Amino acid sequence: MLFTSAKFIAFLIALVFLYYLVPKKAQWPLLLIGSYAFYYFADTSGMYLIFIITTTISAYFAGIMMNKVNDKSSAYLKANKETLSKEDKKAYKAKMKSKKWAILLVCLIFNIGILSVTKYTNFVINNINTFLSDASKLQPIAMIVPMGISFYTFQTCGYIIDVYRGKHDAQRNPFKLALFVSFFPQLVQGPISRYSDMEASLYKEHKLNESDISEGLTRILWGYFKKLVVADRIITAVTTLISDTAYSGTYVFVAMLFYAFELYCDFTGGIDITIGIARILGITLKENFNLPYFSKNIKEYWNRWHITMGTWFTDYIFYPISVSGPMLKLSKWSREHLGQNIGKRVSVYLSSLIVWFTTGLWHGAAWNFIVWGLMNFVVIMISQELEPLYAKFHGKFKVKDKAWYGVFEIVRTIFLMSMIRMFDCYRDVPLTFKMVGTMFTRVNLKIFVDGSLLNLGITKADYIILVVAFIIILSVSTIKYNRGFVFNKDKYLLRYSLLAVLFVLIIVFGAYGVGYDSTQFIYNQF
Amino acid sequence: MDALIEILTNLHPEVDFDTCETLVDDKIIDSFDIVSIISEVNEEYDVVIPAEEIIPENFNSAKALYALIKKLEDEE
Amino acid sequence: MKKRIIVVASLVLILCLVLAAAQRLLMPKYQDDVIEGSMIEEYYDEELNHEVVFIGDCEVYENFSTMKLWEEYGITSYIRGSSQQLAWQSYYLLEDTLKHETPKVVVFNVLSLKYNEPQKEAYNRMSIDGMKWSMSKVNNIKASMTEDEHFLDYVFPILRYHSRWSELEKQDFEHFFTKDKVTHNGYYMRVDVRPQGPFPDPMPLDDYTLGSNAMSYLDKMTALCEEKGIELVLIKAPTEFPYWYPEWDEQIVKYAEDHGLTYINMIPLQDEIGLDMSVDTYDAGLHLNLSGAEKLSLYFGKFLVDNYQLTDYRKNETYAKVYGEKLDYYYKMIEEQKAELEG
Repeated sequence: MLFTSAKFIAFLIALVFLYYLVPKKAQWPLLLIGSYAFYYFADTSGMYLIFIITTTISAYFAGIMMNKVNDKSSAYLKANKETLSKEDKKAYKAKMKSKKWAILLVCLIFNIGILSVTKYTNFVINNINTFLSDASKLQPIAMIVPMGISFYTFQTCGYIIDVYRGKHDAQRNPFKLALFVSFFPQLVQGPISRYSDMEASLYKEHKLNESDISEGLTRILWGYFKKLVVADRIITAVTTLISDTAYSGTYVFVAMLFYAFELYCDFTGGIDITIGIARILGITLKENFNLPYFSKNIKEYWNRWHITMGTWFTDYIFYPISVSGPMLKLSKWSREHLGQNIGKRVSVYLSSLIVWFTTGLWHGAAWNFIVWGLMNFVVIMISQELEPLYAKFHGKFKVKDKAWYGVFEIVRTIFLMSMIRMFDCYRDVPLTFKMVGTMFTRVNLKIFVDGSLLNLGITKADYIILVVAFIIILSVSTIKYNRGFVFNKDKYLLRYSLLAVLFVLIIVFGAYGVGYDSTQFIYNQF
Repeated sequence: MDALIEILTNLHPEVDFDTCETLVDDKIIDSFDIVSIISEVNEEYDVVIPAEEIIPENFNSAKALYALIKKLEDEE
Repeated sequence: MKKRIIVVASLVLILCLVLAAAQRLLMPKYQDDVIEGSMIEEYYDEELNHEVVFIGDCEVYENFSTMKLWEEYGITSYIRGSSQQLAWQSYYLLEDTLKHETPKVVVFNVLSLKYNEPQKEAYNRMSIDGMKWSMSKVNNIKASMTEDEHFLDYVFPILRYHSRWSELEKQDFEHFFTKDKVTHNGYYMRVDVRPQGPFPDPMPLDDYTLGSNAMSYLDKMTALCEEKGIELVLIKAPTEFPYWYPEWDEQIVKYAEDHGLTYINMIPLQDEIGLDMSVDTYDAGLHLNLSGAEKLSLYFGKFLVDNYQLTDYRKNETYAKVYGEKLDYYYKMIEEQKAELEG
């Protein structure tokens, strides 16, 4: 069930109606049933469900066992408060902690193991095969990759790590945990939610209220607008451009900008729909985007784009690695031997390198993604190293606060990120380097005026729609950037009227139905 | 406390760490800074700030961070 | 709060009206070029009943001149034909027609029985979009949909035609409210001539059995006509392409015998009818032109009046008046088409 399919919309409407009709106590169980039904429709053999239930059960028991350790240790410490010395207490605490650590480790290895085996087995086989002679090549294995496994596995791991860290108690009701793992709007493409963020609203009893419905609906329609009017329209041109290497030189530049626009509309649109659906159900999800294309540098970009993934990697991989014993030792050693300046950075960069390698790998089992991740690392590192230079520059020329300089920085960041993203597009890494290279060596500006752009599978009318949609999206984003919100809540007439207009625009100008293939959201694949 | 302020000021000379209480929330320090701080604190005070303590509340101000260090020292 | 509800309700109403208008604008009008799409809808404008109703594909709506039947025999007839009308579509159109009137004779052209499954979305739309909503339409849609089609697209045709916004023409605006008549009681007139050429040799088939799904709808037509006391006449139009296999013909002959129906295969009767395929076809032998259709109507009209108790409505004033106007339009169109050919 694609978000854009009539089936899904019917499913959603039925679910929302039921949700507000059933006794309030039955609301979250209904969501669980709905989520499992949604997942079952994605694969009617039921294999997907088996995977997600396995993950849920493992996290449930790991959580409960850690809860028990906690209860036992606090009871023990309380009972023996008088008799235990400080050292005894410390030793006892350490013992308990290592017990929890063992539980955590088993659970993480199990779940990351499932993820790795399903997603990366064939990648490993292919890589091994490049070293083998033809006769001894390994056969790829037909592997089930459950939809959204990268998302729900990460979400579940985050949950179990937070229980270990004592951020919150484990969920004692297995069905409630199952809902957290499988909540259908975010199952396929995130956001990767934290249990502590969702728990408050996920299991609560929700009364129907106007602002939830109207704001949720606005969000959903805005998402459909971006997905159906822009992403599913421009995709034809992007596919044409990237599937034929004859489209080199300036065409690559066009493909780069088109893909940047497509991915933005596809991914943020999908997340808008997700957050909007949750909102209609009275559930608050963390934002996953904060106007990413207004970022002035790549670091800021990663604070604004796919935020829940970024913070996940920071909290659960970057920090633990950085503050681990060996890393602290390395940091100390390098500062002693390489000098304060360089030494300070060695460990940070090493952790960062690991994070970006994993981020790339998480996006897909292909070298393209790994190189994409590493490119991000390289750019971040370079810009970090250039910072003193920038500071000098800004000390000399007072442009930092000038509006045009801000625009320049924004455009620069968009170009840089879009260029790195070309690794998504081309078949393999060498080809990407080659094609992106031609962008600079084979400049051919004629294609903008001689009608070549009309041969990419989209018509003049499509271009008009894309330009208008671009202006609308840019305006809305600019308003939001400047004042933090788009609509004044009191102006409901304006809000509802715009909602109606949006609906008509989607129906008429959406790229769906005959002549268009219904396309998956790009992030469904990860 | 002075030693901590010195560590912080070395990272961001332009910030007044005595008064600022939104270091993380306002994105004045980022994850790279936090890791640098932790490794220097480790040397200066000989405490390891574990990953679970890396939350905005502990890093939003020099004061909060100092309190964390004291607490960790205490547990040692 | 109350005010807000009123505002929201009126907004929803306006939204529906806008969408309805957009839908009307975006749906193809089938007035100038592909006029076949207008045929099904036009039927509902008929004020008088018909004693003979034809159902079937292009082999009925291009081959029988209802006006000639009127002029020569006083037969009132209507052709509920549409492009590549499939057997189930014929059945549901018959059902639909019988809700409005009960003719004495129903004529069904058997060529479409060779198709056992839904074929093409475009033809489906032309056969179905024009129907008024009823269970017949619902069932017709369900029986006709190809794999990629959705029922919802028939309920809200805007979902199907929305992308026409970039192809809107003058006729879409001109015919927003009203449409012109494009047929003569369902007859699609062509006066041009393109002589019949050689047809490709028929390909041998693996299996000559007419599909059970298609045949089941023939069963339903037979039963429905029997129930309503209507004579069902099966015909195969005299045109030779698409090829009508003798094996198929045998099955229809047998079916007619078993069910006590009349079946006329007109292909061997070309000479008797007087057809000269060097002048009586406009597309090299696939369909008849005006001259061919009039010859065939003369022949078939005689058969109808000889065998069934049809009324000669020419003596009825009401009918004579209405059909007089229809005839005027018929002759006007002949003149126009001829003028266009010469011009």
